[in-house]
Amino acid sequence: MAQQAGFGRKYFKAFVSGFFVAVPVTVTILDRLAYVARVEGASMQPSLNPDGGSSSDVVLLNRWSVRNYRVQRGDIVSIVSPKNPQQKIIKRVIALEGDFIRTLGYKNRYVRVPDGHLWIEGDHHGHSFDSNSFGPVSLGLLHGRASHIIWPPSRWQRIEPSIPTDRKPLLNGSQKSSEDEDL
Amino acid sequence: MFRRALGKTLGFVGYTIQYGCIAHCAFEYIGEFVACTGPSMEPTITSNDIVFSERLSRHFYRIEKGDIIIARSPSDPKMNICKRVIGLEGDKVCTSSPSDIFQTHTYVPKGHVWLEGDNLRNSTDSRSYGPVPYALIRGRVCLKLWPFDSFGPLNDSPNERISRNS
Repeated sequence: MAQQAGFGRKYFKAFVSGFFVAVPVTVTILDRLAYVARVEGASMQPSLNPDGGSSSDVVLLNRWSVRNYRVQRGDIVSIVSPKNPQQKIIKRVIALEGDFIRTLGYKNRYVRVPDGHLWIEGDHHGHSFDSNSFGPVSLGLLHGRASHIIWPPSRWQRIEPSIPTDRKPLLNGSQKSSEDEDL
Repeated sequence: MFRRALGKTLGFVGYTIQYGCIAHCAFEYIGEFVACTGPSMEPTITSNDIVFSERLSRHFYRIEKGDIIIARSPSDPKMNICKRVIGLEGDKVCTSSPSDIFQTHTYVPKGHVWLEGDNLRNSTDSRSYGPVPYALIRGRVCLKLWPFDSFGPLNDSPNERISRNS
């Protein structure tokens, strides 16, 4: 009887010490390194969820690469929704700070993206709740960069940054042009 | 002997990772110490004060009107700002200064908060850059730690900017 109680205590102690190692490490990995998320909705068709309701893509979000808030135009990123802080939305970065772009359905026809902000759009125009509805989003809301599609297995691929040609900025804010260097 | 050294090094690395992760969880989910600079929250917080900001209210969405919060700056995500919450989503806030004849008001949009510093004359806040999304808030300042003679919880706003309706 006393031996069984001894074993029970040993397992309890092992469980508690394992718990206090596993939970902080897992939480830190999810916060700092990588996150896995299922994409819902049709706002990024045809890049993500091309089949609509039948199967949702699952993407790997790289949180380490956005720790300094450096993203490129054409990246697919996830941000915290400015209208609902409990929800995250996945869209494509169309323009960075300082860029001058033409909008699709925003209250102003032309917008200069303010400092520290991004302009994001879903690939499926018209079916997307994006910067054309709520305007430029602050870089501080950036959550992660979608780097790979990991489910379903038939859609295993690396996500490459690409902007649709008709959505390129009219003027780039911070890009150095090659003509400046020929002095 | 080489195996022992390797074993000890791995053990050391393992402990460092484990304690680093516990530290990350503590600073991310419980609270952190913040050194404030700048005059925008005088007289409540003066420059070079050290305060403790707790993260639990932000994660449980219990930030209230009148709280002092630390948030990421909307125009530069690497800078933090320390301001007071004047209005939550749906509240009516006054955008004109008290000396204007015609008072203009605006409603705080969904998912945003209106921030103002206590030192209204010397503070860039929501009156310049508009309402701030709730998710930029990092934590709520609950205790002042330094200078030692003003240790303790923080005072309410000295200005009459918070409308106590509903």
